[in-house]
Order: sequence, then structure tokens, then C-alpha cells
Amino acid sequence: MSTFLLLTITGLGLAAMYFLVASGLSLIYGLMGVLNFAHGAFLTVGAYATWFAESKLGGISSLTWRFVLASLIGLLVGGIFAALVELVLIRPLYLRHIEQVLVTVGLSLATVALVQGIWGNDPRLYAVPPWLHETTSVGSASIPNDRWIEIAAALLVLAGLKAFLRYTRYGLIIRAGVENRAMVTALGIDVRKAFTLVFAIGGVAASLAGVLSGVYFSEVDPGRGTSLLIFAFIVVVIGGLGSITGSAVASVVVGLTQQYVNYYSSGIGDLSIVLVLALVLLARPASLEGRTA
Amino acid sequence: MPALLEVRDLHVHLGESHVLQGVDLDVPAGGITALLGRNGVGKTTTLRALLGLMPRRGSVRLDGDAIEREATHRIVLRGLGYVPEDRDVFAGLTVDENLKLAVRDGEDARYDLVYDLFPELKQRGRQRAGTLSGGQQQMVAIGRALLNRNRLLLIDEPTKGLAPALVADVARVLERVAESETALLVEQNLAVVRRLAGAIVVLDQGRVVHTGPPTDLDDEALVHRLLGVGHAA
Amino acid sequence: MSKALRLLVPLALVGLLALVPTFGFGLGGVFPGPLSSPGTLQLLAVCFVFSGVALSYDLLFGFTGLLSFGHALYFAAGAYVSAIAVTKWHWSFAEACLVTAAVGLVLPAIVGWISLRTSGIAFAMVTLAFAQAGEILVQKDPHGWTGGNDSLGYDYHHVPAIFVGVFNTKNLYWLALGYAVVVFSIVAWTVRSSPGHVLQAIRENERRVEVLGLRTRRYKLLAFVLGSFLATAGGVIYMLAFNGASPGITTPDFTLMLLVMVVLGGTGTLWGPILGGALYWYADQRLVAVGGSHAIQSLPSVLRTPLSQPLFVLGVLFILVVFFLPGGVVGLAARGRAGRRGLRRLEDSLRRSPRLEGEGL
Ligand SMILES: Nc1ncnc2c1ncn2[C@@H]1O[C@H](COP(=O)(O)OP(=O)(O)O)[C@@H](O)[C@H]1O
Ligand SMILES: [Mg+2]
Repeated sequence: MSTFLLLTITGLGLAAMYFLVASGLSLIYGLMGVLNFAHGAFLTVGAYATWFAESKLGGISSLTWRFVLASLIGLLVGGIFAALVELVLIRPLYLRHIEQVLVTVGLSLATVALVQGIWGNDPRLYAVPPWLHETTSVGSASIPNDRWIEIAAALLVLAGLKAFLRYTRYGLIIRAGVENRAMVTALGIDVRKAFTLVFAIGGVAASLAGVLSGVYFSEVDPGRGTSLLIFAFIVVVIGGLGSITGSAVASVVVGLTQQYVNYYSSGIGDLSIVLVLALVLLARPASLEGRTA
Repeated sequence: MPALLEVRDLHVHLGESHVLQGVDLDVPAGGITALLGRNGVGKTTTLRALLGLMPRRGSVRLDGDAIEREATHRIVLRGLGYVPEDRDVFAGLTVDENLKLAVRDGEDARYDLVYDLFPELKQRGRQRAGTLSGGQQQMVAIGRALLNRNRLLLIDEPTKGLAPALVADVARVLERVAESETALLVEQNLAVVRRLAGAIVVLDQGRVVHTGPPTDLDDEALVHRLLGVGHAA
Repeated sequence: MSKALRLLVPLALVGLLALVPTFGFGLGGVFPGPLSSPGTLQLLAVCFVFSGVALSYDLLFGFTGLLSFGHALYFAAGAYVSAIAVTKWHWSFAEACLVTAAVGLVLPAIVGWISLRTSGIAFAMVTLAFAQAGEILVQKDPHGWTGGNDSLGYDYHHVPAIFVGVFNTKNLYWLALGYAVVVFSIVAWTVRSSPGHVLQAIRENERRVEVLGLRTRRYKLLAFVLGSFLATAGGVIYMLAFNGASPGITTPDFTLMLLVMVVLGGTGTLWGPILGGALYWYADQRLVAVGGSHAIQSLPSVLRTPLSQPLFVLGVLFILVVFFLPGGVVGLAARGRAGRRGLRRLEDSLRRSPRLEGEGL
């Protein structure tokens, strides 16, 4: 039972990271029709910016505060990077979806290579407050504390995104734009501002995933973004392109399946996810036109 | 006096086909100008091209200002209201949200007018637009265009697919609108056109082939030649 | 160009390339050594392999409009299955080729059948996921067959002796050249056949093809299996060229590299990927040399760090090509011709380009 609980919480922790990456991907795709291959690069940029900031903030003696501040800087950098990508690289190719995908592909290759060039191929240790790696007993299970943080962060982002989409003017514009972009412009709204905004939001969420993955694995390496991105793609396809709630549910399915299968049948959890994807596609081929909600 | 809207030599290509081949069109300020023509002749395309919703060539002037190079949202903010052919309300948004989205920054929304014309929109404010009937969706589409004070309304087949009683309702609303606003109206129902329009413009084969008063519609031979047989008088 | 010339030029080119192993001279610093040296021949052989594999990818992406992100899977299947068969199962090379061919047909048939339930961007994501399964399988190495993170060297006793050893590099060169020629012929014939015309019509407007009563999914599956099979064949030759298989060819980056090759050369053309594949591999290999060169190493670090990363240079180059050279290298040549012929055709194609279609922005 305690193993099962540990697996479940750990699976949810993974699901949290998948969700943080997938929600941005899904929003960007839903609103703009762009498959953003550079989303993994956003994650990498955010994670390395945090690591870098943390190494420069030695003046703050509290490890916790140093880490929080470094993370905030990382999220900011990731968000700005993403917004710039939209403005400089995506916007000029408006509606040319294939070219947009190609540009994000080139960007993802170049960014990862640049990070490798600057900080090397080897993982960098993430200095996190020690209490994050201590455990809390739940019943008979000892759960590493970072899992709670991951889950809480994802829940906060989920709630925040839903509230943003529901109650703000930009949220309204994004929901309407996912349905019918042309009609939004025909109401006198410059929908391009919403494009930059969803990129920025996606960049921040991906950076958060990057920071949390640094906590989870205790280190960050240049390839991390790409490997998480692929699971996020699977999540987005299962959950429905453009649907935030769908992404959340699919992340949990993917994260838990992965953990359970990995435990009960030595290390094929990742493969089982692809199998889940195949089954979903076979059972529900028309599920891929998503809406935001 | 120059017309409120002056269109000269408007061309639109869609894929291989040259849909509009030099449309010239004037809409005078005040009242309703009806844009007529057979199905597929390019009426919707004309309205969308005016709004910059499709690639177009030619000159479009609103109150003397050239707007043919501007982005759609800028054109709209100059005071163009659009009621699209298939209503295009946002199905996942509530009625309230559909209206709220249409309110332009810094302008007073005319909710009183809209709720006066369509009291149902007030009662159904929290209902999702996708669950409304076709007639109710049309109210949302017209209502959101009327929320703002526009210089020109572009209205595309507002009675399409509606039951006769609803057609009369819509006509009544448009009649009231016409007292204070200017509109370019695409409409297949000639009875409605006769009742509302101050002038008619007929499109055929990518060009304007006839302009005149609505009484021209009494000429059966002309109607038959320009609009085909499908039209009820 | 007249028809005879159109046939003659490629034949002459292939003839010339076939003679390269007899050329004892070098070309300045263009190649690591004389043309006939094993190092140069090895480099060129792999260039040809990538010419062919890139063209097989272009059959999907450029000619059919299928943006697959999983082409690495079929290439890697070719390399790994053949290497495992000779090394771990001790099969003869012929038997290994047979089983690899079978995998090269059945695997894409199954994956394609499932993935083609989606289209567009979702298809890209799904094919990527399946390819990811391949990468994971190789890394997890369930039966100790793949070598996991390490590369899997082949057992040279079971590989034809003419392809083993430095002195036989010229045979490998001819094999790779033959592979590129065969892929070119098959793809050229396919896109000019009537099913090939259907593929290109699907790329332009799938709805319209469906309205004509054709089952587009079948045609797409056909293209998918053919393109993947050709990639699998390329994987076998790659395995011979590198004395085995390595996990790098199973990664998404490998597929992205193929995409870059196609776009650099010219999407939807026959010669584009042939050139793009060869140029990319050449540039990637030589940039490593250049990146380590004295000129680069003496630059200030702001410039040195990015320039010594081949993938950074290629990624940026790729973005520039997408923005400023949409037809790739081949498109550039075509533009030169258009310039001489007058600009009418270019203007036509620009008018039809989606840049002008807007939603009012
Ligand atoms: N997106 C499009 N691509 C190609 N042709 C189109 C497109 N939209 C409309 N058309 C064609 O343009 C012509 C004009 O259409 P439209 O303006 O909708 O006519 P109307 O509103 O007068 O019925 C029709 O022949 C139609 O088939
Ligand atoms: Mg119409």
C-alpha cells in the first residue's frame, strides 16, 4: 500500500511537469495553429536561467529564498524569451503553419546547441533547499517533499489559467480566438497581442516545468526539454488539442500509467504510454479538434 | 456629396478563380443599400474583402480615407460593424460574453438599445451561444454589431434559414436600425429588400451590373435576368 | 532542357561520381584527403546515404504533405535490425537483409495505419511518439540486443567481406551511390505515376481528392510505407558504413535533421533532398573541423562558443532558409532561371503563395 501511494504521488509529480509543458503547447496550438517545437527550448532556457541565477545569488544566505528568487528570475527569462520568439520569428510567418513549425524546429536545435556550447553537455547540479529532498510520512509511505511542490504548482497553474481564461478580457479573446480567429479580428480586436501573450504564458509554464524537473532530478541537462516535450505532445494529443482541462486529465493518465507500469513490469512504462496513445487514437480518432476550457 | 463608402476596381482571387473582377460600388450615408446577386456570385466575398478578411486589390474609401491596406481590426475600429453570413457567434462563449467581446475599448456600449431590440438576449445572458436556436444566434450576431456606434454596418443574409415569423422580426429590427444608421445589406428575400432598401446594387460575373432604386425590382424581366428564377417577389 | 538532356546530365553525373575512387588527387581543403582516400570516400558514401534518406522523407513531407516526425524510426530499424541479426543472432547477411526488409514494410504499415487516423499537426505528434518508442526500446535494451546507450558494433564475420575494412571503403562508396540512384529512380517514377499525382493532389487539397471518390488514406499509407521502406534500406548501408548502429539515429533530432536536409535542398523536389542531404552531412562533418580550427578558436568567446557548435550554425541557417529562401538551394537555382526568363512565373507563384492570404493581419 505504501509503495502504491509513493508511486501515485510520484506519478502525479511527473504529471504536473507534463501538464505545465502541455498546457502552453495546447493553448498555442489552439489559438494559433502552431505546433511549437521550441517549447522544449523554453523549458531549457528557464531551467538554465534559474540555475545560473542561483549560482550568482550567493549573497542570499537562506537557501530557500535564494532558490525562490532564482526561480522567479528563470520564469521571467523563459517568458520573455518565448514572447520574443513569437514577435520575431513566428509573427512574420503568420498563417504559414508549416514554415512556423520549421522555424521552431530550427530554433530548438540552435538553442539546445547553444546551451551545450556555453555550459557543456554534462548535467548541472541544482542546488535546492534541502527540505525539498526530505520526506514526509503519509500513513506508512515516505513521500519526498518535492512531489508536493510539483503537484501544488501544477494545480495553481491550472486554476490560474482557468480563471484567466474565464474572467479576463484577454482570456475571453483567447477562448474566442481558438474558435474563430477571423471573427475576433472582425470585432476590432488585434488578436496578435493575444498570440504574444499565449507564447509568454507558455514560456513561463514551460520554465516552471524546467525548474521543477531540476528539483525532481536534482540536475538539469541540455536535452531535458526535448525529452519532456515528447511526453507533452502525447498528453496534448490524448487530451485534445486546445483543451486545458483535457491536458490536465491526460497528464495524470500518462504520469500514473508510466509510474505503475514501470514499477510492476521493469522499465517499460514509457513504452506503455505510446501504447495508450495508440489505443486512444484507435478508439477515438475524431478527438483531435480541441476547444479551450 | 461623396458617398460614405466608395469602392473602386476591387479584385479578389481565391485559389485559381478570379471571384471579384473590378467591383465599383458606392454606399451613400444613411439608410440601407442592398447588395444582390445569384448564389456564389461573390456578395459575401465583397463584404469580407472590404473588411480585409481576404487578400484584395483595388481602392476602398470610408469617408474619404483609404482603408484598403489596413488590417481588419483597424478597419473595424474606424466604425464598421459586421454581421457575417453564418452568424459566427462564439459557440463556447455565453451570450453575455459574446456581447462583451464586441464592446470596443473606450466606447460606450449600447446595451439599452440591444436589449430593447432583443429582450431575449438579456434573459439568456448566461446561456452558451452554441445551444441557442438559429434565430437567437442571429440576434446575438446583430446585437453585437449594434452595441457599438458604427458608421457603416455590413450585414450578410440576416434572414437566411429563418422561419417566416422570425424573418419579419429581423426585418422590423433592421427597419429601426436604418432610421439612424447606414448599412450595406446582402439579402435574398426581395420582399425584405423592397421594404428596407433605399438603393440596390446587383453583382454578376464578378462586377456590378446594375444600380438603381428598389422599385427596379418590380421589373420581372430584369429580376429574372440578373437574379435568376429562384427569387420570390 | 530537352528530354534527352534531362536524362543525360544525371547519367553523366553518376558516371563521374562512380569514377571518384580512382581519382588520386585532392581538392584543396574541400575534403580530408585525396578523393580516393578512405576518409573522403567514407564521407561521400554517408553523404549519398543521406541524399537517399532525405529524398525518402521528401516523398512524405514534400510530395504528399505528410509532416512525419518519426522517420528516424525506420532508418534506425534498418540499422539496428540488420546489426542485431548478424551480431546477436549470427545470421548470414542475406538473411539479415530479408528480415530487415520485412520489418521495413510491416512496421510502417502498422504505425502508418494508426497514425493516419490523424492529420496535420496531430499526425506529426503521433509519428513522433511512435519513434520515441523506438528510441526507448533501444535504450532500455530489454534482451541485451541493442547495447543500450552504447553503440552496437557488427560482427564482421557475418558481413560480406567486400564491405569490411578500410581498404574496401570504395565498395561501400559504390553501394551508397547505388542506393541514392535507386531511391532517386523509385521516387521519380512514383511521383510521375498516376498514384503519385494523387499524392501531390492530396498535398494541395485533400478534400477535393476525397470528393473525387478516392480513398486518400490508402494513398497516404502507400507513400508512408514506401518512404519508410527506402529509409530502412538506407539504415542498412549506414550500418555498414559505421560498422554498426548507434543510439543517436533513433532520436527525434535525427528526424529533425532529415527535415532540415529536405528544406535546405528544396521541399517537394527530387534534386533538392539529394543535394540537401549531401550538403548537410558534409557541412556537419566539416563544421566540426572548422569549429575546432584555429581561426574559430582564436575568436572572442561570444562568437567562438556558438560557431563551434555545428547544430547551432545549422539551426540558424535553417531558420534563415525558411525565411529568405523558401525553395531551398534548388529553388534558388530555379529563381535564377526565372530571372532570365522574365519574372512572370515567379509573380504567379507569389500571387498564389499563402503569404497573401490573410485573416486581416
Ligand atoms: N475559400 C474559398 N476558396 C475558393 N473559392 C471560394 C472560397 N470561398 C468562396 N469561394 C468561391 O467564391 C465564389 C463567391 O462566393 P461568395 O462570395 O460566398 O458568394 P455569395 O455570397 O454571393 O453567395 C463562389 O463561387 C465560391 O465557390
Ligand atoms: Mg454569401
